[in-house]
Amino acid sequence: MTRKLVVISAGLSTPSSTRLLADRLAEASGMADVRVVELRDLAHEITDNLLTGFAPAKLQDALDAVAGADALIAVTPIFTGSYSGLFKSFFDVVDKDALVDKPVLIAATGGTARHSLALEHAVRPMFAYLRAVVVPTAVYAATDDWADEGALRSRIDRAAAELVREVSRRDPVTAADPFALTTTFEDLLSG
Amino acid sequence: MQFGIFTVGDVTPDPTNGRTPTEHERIQAMVTIARKAEEVGLDVFATGEHHNEPFVPSSPTTMLGYIAAQTDRLLLSTATTLITTNDPVKIAEDYAMLQHLSGGRVDLMMGRGNTGPVYPWFGKDIRAGIPLAIENYALLHRLWREHTVDWSGKFRTPLQSFTSTPRPLDDIPPFVWHGSIRSPEIAEQAAYYGDGFFANHIFWPASHTQRMVGLYRERFAHYGHGDPDQAIVGLGGQVFMRKNSQDAVTEFRPYFDNAPVYGHGPSLEDFTRETPLTVGSPQQVIDRTLGFREYVGDYQRQLFLVDHAGLPLKTVLEQLDILGEEVVPVLRKEFAALKPAHVPDAPTHASMLAARQEVPA
Repeated sequence: MTRKLVVISAGLSTPSSTRLLADRLAEASGMADVRVVELRDLAHEITDNLLTGFAPAKLQDALDAVAGADALIAVTPIFTGSYSGLFKSFFDVVDKDALVDKPVLIAATGGTARHSLALEHAVRPMFAYLRAVVVPTAVYAATDDWADEGALRSRIDRAAAELVREVSRRDPVTAADPFALTTTFEDLLSG
Repeated sequence: MQFGIFTVGDVTPDPTNGRTPTEHERIQAMVTIARKAEEVGLDVFATGEHHNEPFVPSSPTTMLGYIAAQTDRLLLSTATTLITTNDPVKIAEDYAMLQHLSGGRVDLMMGRGNTGPVYPWFGKDIRAGIPLAIENYALLHRLWREHTVDWSGKFRTPLQSFTSTPRPLDDIPPFVWHGSIRSPEIAEQAAYYGDGFFANHIFWPASHTQRMVGLYRERFAHYGHGDPDQAIVGLGGQVFMRKNSQDAVTEFRPYFDNAPVYGHGPSLEDFTRETPLTVGSPQQVIDRTLGFREYVGDYQRQLFLVDHAGLPLKTVLEQLDILGEEVVPVLRKEFAALKPAHVPDAPTHASMLAARQEVPA
């Protein structure tokens, strides 16, 4: 069974270095079934979900893809010392159980290497809260790194290999149906 | 099929002039709206129950009793009665009393309430919402059906040799609907008892409503109450109408854009596409409403939300005129023509009394 990889890219410009990094990571994973979700395209829907409490169809489709993925690559630009607001807002509307035990590779882009530990201090704890399995190598790419291809390349390959290893340890994901009954009425009645 | 309106009872500033009605004005407006509903030929008026600002209807049976005295035919209901934070004993007593006063023109819709801080004001915890709804309703169900009840549970003090008074009118408990947006346990509860299931429908995409109603119908049959298409389904809807559809959009837009719950979020056009909200001509409302049947099947009750978001009373009364004169008569005819004979109407006190008299004891 082909394993499903969903790539979340929170880059805002086009072309974006965040998307570039996301694509490199996806390619390095060698996974064949890849879906890239550009959060910029969903920015209005994400805000609407925050305000109304439900996801418009286009966003729901992305949320379903995340819930049903065997692995996630999540890439954000670093803004003001942390993940971007759009990136956080998206994961704020992801179901709190959707990422449980899901292998996740985290990555980020920024102007200089000074921001690199935002991955460890902000992005990793957020996924820890969601009980995802974040692979040990987080990939940060500053402007300089795009010039020094070798070092970035090796981090990308290492992180992708870690992700694939976690996927191979698990059974394929089947997303839970939120409308399915999980208990009998007799059990409900007896408390 | 029954048609009516349901109100949240919100006190919201009119965004076009900044004027906020007083609580007194809003309460009187709700009564006027209910009387108008009867006058224009609607069947049901349902009030919300809230215990926090900016809402006024904290005491539904007081209001419904007052309306009952000023109407003859209108069915009085709730949307919803808080089965979690109310004492089921008091619900049993209050609504049985309302049944007697109104001549049986009462049913109820159970709901949990989604405002966390309200629960502790009544000694409860929102995290126990489902268990509260299940236990409290199980007790309420018995109180209306058994004269003397011995009972103990988790959430209230035990009862020994308790009789809820007055007994339901003609010993026929009010019909109950269970409302839920996305909790399959509540669809299951409605199915278990053979009660009605009401899908709020208005803040959620049609696909959710379809799944919840489908589950309820399937489980209704599982518990032996009839075929899936004989289950009793109600839907919410939200409309704003003018003869010319562009006039409706222009007039409603500021109310939509500033509305509680979804204001400052999706555009009117997005929300109209994603939810059953229909803003346009009476014919558009007719077409859209008939379309609900395509994904929930033949259903028994359609309630419209028409009086929220600061809409002035005068406008709401105009909406009721349009509903009563141009929309509901057509919907009644069209839905009746489409409904197979084996699909029942929603039970009323009169129909339940007639059914009992057909079966000799």
